[in-house]
Amino acid sequence: MLQVKLQQTLPTTLDVELHCEKGEVLALVGPSGAGKSTVLRCIAGLQSPQQGLVSCKGQTWFDSEAKLNKTPQQRRVGMVFQNYALFPHLTVMENIKLALDIDKEQHHQHGKRLLEQVNLSGLEQRYPHQLSGGQQQRVAIARALARQPEVLLLDEPFSAVDKVTRRKLYMELNTLRRQLDMPVILVTHDLDEAAMLADSLCVIHQGTTLQQGVPETVLFKPNNVAISRQVDSRNIFTAQLVEYENKLKLKWYDYFIDVADTSQFKLNDHVHWTLSPSKVLLHQRVRKSRGEHENPLEVTICDMVSLRGITTLILTVEHTDGIRLQMDLPEHVAMRNGLKIGETISVTLLADAIHLMSE
Amino acid sequence: MDWQAFQVSISLALLTCLSLLPIGLAMAYFLAKSNFIGRGFIEAIITLPLVLPPTVLGYFLLVGMDSNSFLGSLFVSLTGQSLAFSFVGLWFASIIYSLPFAVQPMLRSLEGIAPEIREAAWCSGLSKWKTFFKIELPLAWPGIITAMVLSFSHTLGEFGVVLMIGGNIAGETRTLSIAIYDSVVAFDHQQAQSMSLILLAIALVTITLVYTLNRKQTRVAVL
Repeated sequence: MLQVKLQQTLPTTLDVELHCEKGEVLALVGPSGAGKSTVLRCIAGLQSPQQGLVSCKGQTWFDSEAKLNKTPQQRRVGMVFQNYALFPHLTVMENIKLALDIDKEQHHQHGKRLLEQVNLSGLEQRYPHQLSGGQQQRVAIARALARQPEVLLLDEPFSAVDKVTRRKLYMELNTLRRQLDMPVILVTHDLDEAAMLADSLCVIHQGTTLQQGVPETVLFKPNNVAISRQVDSRNIFTAQLVEYENKLKLKWYDYFIDVADTSQFKLNDHVHWTLSPSKVLLHQRVRKSRGEHENPLEVTICDMVSLRGITTLILTVEHTDGIRLQMDLPEHVAMRNGLKIGETISVTLLADAIHLMSE
Repeated sequence: MDWQAFQVSISLALLTCLSLLPIGLAMAYFLAKSNFIGRGFIEAIITLPLVLPPTVLGYFLLVGMDSNSFLGSLFVSLTGQSLAFSFVGLWFASIIYSLPFAVQPMLRSLEGIAPEIREAAWCSGLSKWKTFFKIELPLAWPGIITAMVLSFSHTLGEFGVVLMIGGNIAGETRTLSIAIYDSVVAFDHQQAQSMSLILLAIALVTITLVYTLNRKQTRVAVL
């Protein structure tokens, strides 16, 4: 298990606490300049924080109190750099052999096995400039694994490749990670990428880790509004908890909204609430359903955008001074219901999916 | 053709460029890695021989090598000979005035290596020495060759400093450029022409080599 605690005030602020289990992929997400790469560099020993502790597999790599700071060579870290940092004067095989920490006689065999693992067999004698971006990334991963590292660090590994290659590499990394039994930290600013590849997410902003947890929790149940904004929650509103029909409900303009879980809050609390756009359900115009009794709202479509089979509707909620709510639904549903800009429709806000946050 | 002068010139140029390989590399490596306040000043000192009139540089070197100076007296006590007007003195002076020609190309090529490449080597388990010999040195090689070629050809062609430090002692400090000057003064144009043609050919070959290597280095840097 990898445990990281980093603190510093200069030259940039760092207040980081994260952990990653063996075989787990932890995505470190945050905007550019949030300190994601700095955290990786501190784990690798390329940079030292003013205070903190980095330990892996029961071994301490950095401990400011004990004045212990192991060099990158002593840490057994596999690192894939953003631009891969392959050695340009060496062939693919030589790049990998250089990092191998085994008997020289086994170098070639082991190097070949690593290249097979990343689907690069046959390209052993090529130089980095003769490879595509995707191939370069695979060499970088093979080189990082060559040292039999105790932790694998991936610094925005997909940022230098095109979208088509990226999709292919996601699949490959997903397959590869099942064969790895070490903690893997993936730095990215792409939330979809993080949610797709990682077992857990850690949100970092301005050098401070805000929340770590499974993607579902971090993305849809963030601890506070700041995290909610970092994970790009599109529906964030404020309301007050009131008692209505013997239940604690959200008083939001003229509406009393049912919420499944209010356990962390009490009557009259002012709260923020968020709801994933995919948890706003359309009331079918033709066939009525039971669900229409759950937080029904009359809304007007003021914009709609379709992308890869998902239609996003921007809705203006009646009686709310023009508050806008976002809703995602499959494109075919939008077409079948003949949704058009300017139309008024009826929707449900799923009580189970509404998440409350303190102000 | 003054073959003795040719031999002195070639020996001097070879010794100077071989001496500048470790000296220039150490200086360039230190400068490439450090970012201290006085770095600009240190670089200026190294580059100074490039802009100073050779006679000015020669004068200061001559004063520095005088038997009353620290360096001059140390040399006399060790060898019993004067440093000025000797081949060793000329060699020492050549190292100083060819220093910028060695350090600058080495520095540029070492600075051109992306820091991540170095860090990737460390993360791959390579020690700093191994990183230097297996990664940095091969990547900086075109710059190092350029430095060697430039310092060799610059030493071969230098006139002013050689005259100030070495004088004109046949077989000891009389280089090809001094011999050409002597031939012209003595109206022996045929000899001056043949020796000039040799220097011209060497200069042309070395500069062609430098440009070819620079193009190769640019290509590596772009990758």
